[in-house]
Amino acid sequence: MIMHSILAHSAIISPVLRILAAWMLVLSFALLAQRRLLSLIRLLAWQGVTLAVGTALVAQLTGDPILWVSAVLTLSIKGILMPYVLHYLLRRLQVRGDVEMTLNVPSTQLLGILLVVFAFSIAAPLDGYLPAATHGMLGIALAAFLLSFLMMITRRKAISQIVGFLAMDNALFFAATSATLGMPLIVELGIALDTLIGLVVIGVFFFQIRDTFDSLDLHYLEHIREDK
Amino acid sequence: MTSLIGWRDQCFQILFVVAAAPLLAGWLQTVRALLQNRRSAGILQPYRDLFRLFHKETLIPEQSSWLFQFAPYVMFGAKIMAVAIVPIIANGLPLASAADVIALVGLLAVARIFQVLADMDTGTAFGSYGAHREMLISALAEPALLAALFTASLLARSTSLVQIVHLSQIQLFSIHPSMVFAAIAFGFVLLVENARIPVDNPATHLELTMIHEAMVLEYSGRHLALLEWAAQLKLFLYMTIGFALFLPWGIAAKPSLTSLVIAAGLVLVKLFFAVVVLALVETLLAKKRLFRVPEFAITGFLFGVIGLLSHFMLGS
Repeated sequence: MIMHSILAHSAIISPVLRILAAWMLVLSFALLAQRRLLSLIRLLAWQGVTLAVGTALVAQLTGDPILWVSAVLTLSIKGILMPYVLHYLLRRLQVRGDVEMTLNVPSTQLLGILLVVFAFSIAAPLDGYLPAATHGMLGIALAAFLLSFLMMITRRKAISQIVGFLAMDNALFFAATSATLGMPLIVELGIALDTLIGLVVIGVFFFQIRDTFDSLDLHYLEHIREDK
Repeated sequence: MTSLIGWRDQCFQILFVVAAAPLLAGWLQTVRALLQNRRSAGILQPYRDLFRLFHKETLIPEQSSWLFQFAPYVMFGAKIMAVAIVPIIANGLPLASAADVIALVGLLAVARIFQVLADMDTGTAFGSYGAHREMLISALAEPALLAALFTASLLARSTSLVQIVHLSQIQLFSIHPSMVFAAIAFGFVLLVENARIPVDNPATHLELTMIHEAMVLEYSGRHLALLEWAAQLKLFLYMTIGFALFLPWGIAAKPSLTSLVIAAGLVLVKLFFAVVVLALVETLLAKKRLFRVPEFAITGFLFGVIGLLSHFMLGS
């Protein structure tokens, strides 16, 4: 039943899904290159919206009503709530200025291209086990995951590392919805709540870090200090 | 007989492009002036500039060698050869089979290398730093251009522009995700290579940022006229390569005089709109700091590579 409707719809939907997947990759690269914190959060929100549209398309493709619920949840949590919380944190913490990077932008992006090639070559053999409409999606999801990871490594400020962490979560979510045509709702809910609570806990940490070091630069955490 | 008609089309295309290139530059200046609330000098101003420069005295720096005088002719000639092989108003021209996309990029590289050599030849500080900046940026823009062209070549399974345009007119390449990325990459390359605003601003002589102007600073008279004309040809060429790859409709396939005229008119219509878009981009964006320009160029390269990769990964 599901396979039949996939065949009927895939002619129209899968090209759009492919463009969305490629757009996801572009957003991951944009996150990697972006210096300003506000733009980083905006890009993260766009990633959430892209995910929601992608999930809605998969819902249309498979005719699964639970995926529609998942699309709405994705839009509200990843597209609106999380960027809002980050925005709020940014205002409360009064962080300003550019993000300091440990590596310059062109080299980071070239490294990113290497990661994409690596991810694609790892994911390519797995395509045989996936539905035809989602060929190549796993590679893109893995690439987006690795790019977010690279972003976390190359940033110094705590907020941008959190953005990288949330982008990693988005990439995993993308892998789950587009490559396997959706996972059980309870799992999605669990993951979404986990990240949300993680975000709150980390937000509390932000204030602690700032109070201790007068800065959100995680560089300071590397020095061991003795209490006097 | 058919070959004779082919050569007639070939000559028509070359003469048409060489004559229309200053018009394109004039139109761009006019639209920019309108958008910035200035009064423009008129669409025909580049023709008047060229006429004036051709009648002025040509000065040659004392320390320079033959290379300095030779370079403008090489640059202009390379652009004309490139015009001859790109399907601008007619596809399948006699000279088109002589070179594919890789040779086209090579021709543009020859022009660039001669310009850079001529600049270093004069031994002045301005010339050599302009040359260094040009090489820094083009080293990043050229791979982006090749990646965009290769994406189209992969879809057409051929590096010949004739084949690419022919297949893309039938199969609508432009809706593939990989071609969308290739088009974005090509847009970046067009801005970088033609010294447009986020990268360079040929209207100023600010030594902190100038690239193109630093390179033509020592030239005067007919040499400068040829260089300006070559730059206008380059913009025309890049736009029409973009049309051939991404908007191939209207390029004449069969050799008849009426279809040629219609195709030429269509090219002018496409250029009309492309220039409006370019003028908007140039008005809305600010000139980037020189050391941010490599980031801009590498973003173009990135889009090109994503286009190539998504062709392999998504199969379209």
